[in-house]
Amino acid sequence: MASGLQLSREELLVAYRRMRTIRDFEDKVHEEFSAGNIPGFVHLYAGEEASAVGFCMHLDDRDAIASTHRGHGHSIAKGCDVEGMMHEIFGRKDGLCGGKGGSMHIADLSKGMLGANGIVGAGAPLICGAALTAKTLGTGGVAVCFVGDGGSNQGTTLESYNLAKVWNLPAIFVVEDNGYAESTASAWSVGGSQVGRGKGFGLATHEVDGFDFFAVFDTAAEAIELARSGGGPSLVHMKLARHYGHFEGDAMTYRAADEVAALKAESDPLTIFRQRVTETAILNGADLDEIDGAVQTEIDRCVANAKDAAMPTESDLLTDVYVSY
Amino acid sequence: MSKKSYRQAIAEALTQEMRRDPRVVIMGEDIAGGLGAPGEDDAWGGPLGVTKGLMAEFGRERVLDTPISESAFVGAAAGAAATGLRPVAELMFVDFMGVCFDQIFNQAAKFRYMFGGKAVTPMVVRTMYGAGFRAASQHSQCLYPLFTHIPGLKVALPSNAYEAKGLLTQAIRDDDPVIFFEHKAMYDMEMEVPDEPYAIAFGEANVTREGDDVTIIAFGRMVNLANEAADNLAKNGVTCTVVDPRTTSPLDRETILETAEETGRVVVVDEAHPRCSMASDIAGLVAEEAFGALKAPIKLVTAPHAPVPFSPALEDIYIPSVAKIEAAVTEIVEYGEKAAAE
Amino acid sequence: MSSIKPITMPKWGLAMDEGMLARWAVEVGAEIAPGQEIMDIETTKIANVFESPVGGVLRKQVVSEGETVPVGALLGVVSEPDVPDGEVEAFVTEFLENFVPEETDDAGAPAPEVVETASGAIRRLKAGPDDGAPVILIHGFGADLNGWMFNQAELAAERQVHAIDLPGHGGSTKSVGDGAVATLATAVTAYMDAVEITSAHLVGHSLGGAVATSIAASSPERVSALTLIAPAGFGSDVSQDFIEGFIGQSRARKLRPIIEMLVADPSLVTADMVEEVLKFKRLDGVVAALRTIADANFDGGAQRVQIRDRLGDVSAPVQVIWGEDDRILAAGHADGLPDSVKVIRLAGAGHIPHMEKAAEVNAAISALG
Repeated sequence: MASGLQLSREELLVAYRRMRTIRDFEDKVHEEFSAGNIPGFVHLYAGEEASAVGFCMHLDDRDAIASTHRGHGHSIAKGCDVEGMMHEIFGRKDGLCGGKGGSMHIADLSKGMLGANGIVGAGAPLICGAALTAKTLGTGGVAVCFVGDGGSNQGTTLESYNLAKVWNLPAIFVVEDNGYAESTASAWSVGGSQVGRGKGFGLATHEVDGFDFFAVFDTAAEAIELARSGGGPSLVHMKLARHYGHFEGDAMTYRAADEVAALKAESDPLTIFRQRVTETAILNGADLDEIDGAVQTEIDRCVANAKDAAMPTESDLLTDVYVSY
Repeated sequence: MSKKSYRQAIAEALTQEMRRDPRVVIMGEDIAGGLGAPGEDDAWGGPLGVTKGLMAEFGRERVLDTPISESAFVGAAAGAAATGLRPVAELMFVDFMGVCFDQIFNQAAKFRYMFGGKAVTPMVVRTMYGAGFRAASQHSQCLYPLFTHIPGLKVALPSNAYEAKGLLTQAIRDDDPVIFFEHKAMYDMEMEVPDEPYAIAFGEANVTREGDDVTIIAFGRMVNLANEAADNLAKNGVTCTVVDPRTTSPLDRETILETAEETGRVVVVDEAHPRCSMASDIAGLVAEEAFGALKAPIKLVTAPHAPVPFSPALEDIYIPSVAKIEAAVTEIVEYGEKAAAE
Repeated sequence: MSSIKPITMPKWGLAMDEGMLARWAVEVGAEIAPGQEIMDIETTKIANVFESPVGGVLRKQVVSEGETVPVGALLGVVSEPDVPDGEVEAFVTEFLENFVPEETDDAGAPAPEVVETASGAIRRLKAGPDDGAPVILIHGFGADLNGWMFNQAELAAERQVHAIDLPGHGGSTKSVGDGAVATLATAVTAYMDAVEITSAHLVGHSLGGAVATSIAASSPERVSALTLIAPAGFGSDVSQDFIEGFIGQSRARKLRPIIEMLVADPSLVTADMVEEVLKFKRLDGVVAALRTIADANFDGGAQRVQIRDRLGDVSAPVQVIWGEDDRILAAGHADGLPDSVKVIRLAGAGHIPHMEKAAEVNAAISALG
């Protein structure tokens, strides 16, 4: 079994770079949204980076993921083009989805990213389908559904646990429990436990500290290997937290006054990663600082380019509805 | 060429397309049936036996029985289609769309647009519709107008066995999601159907009768009633053009408008409820685009704005009938005569 | 009594089990000659004039205009003028009492079958006794063996008549190779080999005429007589509107005017006839096969293949039949043929005289040998 701490220096740099990219991307989107430069709704993933990156480090283009409203992090972790994403969020014609999807529908099927999703709980059935494709065509691929604690209460998700089990699909359901479904606490809205639900359907189950990249990485390795070897589906209860509100503009009056500050101080996955790799002397601070600088420059460039990029025009309005009509 | 029922024609299209393309899989509740049970394998072959025998040829890997769990398996069909399979999911009764509509209209229908033209979602949902089986309000509806409303979906309504095979073949080969409506009262209707595979293009209406007085546009099973009405009326010297649009999305506006303009009188026959229906849609189209050619008001022959009743005494008067179509035609023919007399 | 002759509903093609008498062209009391057009009959497949099989005075119209009756039903009665009315009435009564319509799925009637040949599967309909020099009927571009519905049964009274589907057509293989005349000719001789016909009277229509000529020129020993009906390869031009419209139009209302180009009188074309063409074109592989054949033989409005010069290599007797109103291949293509070739020009016929003027064409085929 692969262990996160046995990753090569290069792999660790990749993991850190992805997490840092997600963080800077989201912080920048927060800033630009606040300045009124981004239309629509955005839901930010900052604080949850270890979950997406810890899982997606095990995946390649034959593997599929489905995401949530909060999809930027999953997209970046799965290899979507970061500049294309930024252009998309700004509604530009050369955005990843031609400006037609926006933040809630970022997708790149060529990377196995089946889309952020505007419908809570919609991803789990899709992931059963992607897993069925992998199984039927014998690609060796697996499919991972990221679902929030809110989506975990949808019938679609629970039905998908059952379907994945009875079809013995190479599927993994990652319940990213950030404590709140919109403004409502998961402690209140979730009956029973996530793991208990998984066990009830006969899934292999795990509970993991979603702030810790290495814990996530090791758990993901186990679940994905089970799926790839034909052993069927797993459920992972990922405990983590978000730095921002449900959506941008959410005043977060439902959270404790010091909650986010404490979170950033004590449970930031980037800080924890830095501590672990420097403590064990696999990487040094300068390596990570260099990435921090490079990523910041890249994200700034993406934003500047997105602002300069052309908007779609009326001629784009009716294209892409059908393959042929 | 041999006589085949609507049921056999659908099974033949599925069989031939599954042979032709290994990516085609079918899934649904009891689509083979008897899975995990002590009795026979392939016990049902679908609730009305349409898919009987497919499991023997294609195996459990491609003939997928599902739990009673439409949200999950219709969504799985969408996910499978977006990732490289060509699934045909069977939604036993279209009335059950209530528990899986999101997977169809928010997911499959919108992938291509939301993802900037990069997604291809070649899925088919086969579903049973229509009244006449004493099956009451939750197993008898039409609902195709709801799907027709959604950009990104295609909607096919085969009116006989020949149409069923050709339209289903096209649906499976089509790269867009298609909702394929099978009227439960037509499964045993027989006609000559070619043994060879063939596809009928979507969006090309079939003109089943040609006449001078009235244009009847009818959908699905109603095409047969409209033909019968036209044949009866012809004996009394009133000749009708009957148009079977075949698909409500895409819609062959050109043929509908051309034939409406030729006769100047239009009856639309739609088994669905009248509000926001194909009937009102066609009436709107003709009123907007062919107003100048009209000699009489457009008449709609539809089910009423009420759920489908159970009692045979009620259901029989609920469904549009040949007599109601004839009455509508006669009324607008006479309208013209009255206007001329005044 | 023997001079009283019934006129009954004909059977045009396999699928016909009833017909509608659309119009009487002669009144009671009129003298009619065999072959004279006496009524219009419509079936779901086709509308056509009906030529009287007998001569005499029309004594009674048993069926009136607009009525639909089964194949074999009594339509009218013809007799010598001196037969008393009472005898005519007695004949009618007896006929009506004894008439039983043919079963619709008549078991004994010939049915099309598929023959495996060196060129692939060829569908054929064989009719007639096994004696006499065989006739092979070869249809044109886009047609099939059903196009001989007015000819095959007549010709098969005393000899075997094979109607075949060329590759790419009807129920035959949809694999047409390069689609050239020589390739199609190979398929016809492969059929002859498969069913052990050494030599036959080939009757080819349009593209089938070019195919028949090609066989007669390349393998003279296999052709005992050659009837060419509006053959391709005898002139420089062809109707591009027809070829492209036939391949391209997928709606009945658009295809109908294209099909009507085939005939002098467009009322011959029924909705079902157009629908049959559409159904054929929808079969997997058909449009591609037609495209290949069209591209191999036609270049826009020009014919690529010139086959009239090869008539010199043909040893069998040859006749050419052309409708004067042909809009696909002009009747002028029959001008300037060698004296040895008998040319029959039919007024009031278009590109399918074997359907439009069946009696004349059948008589000419039987007369040639």
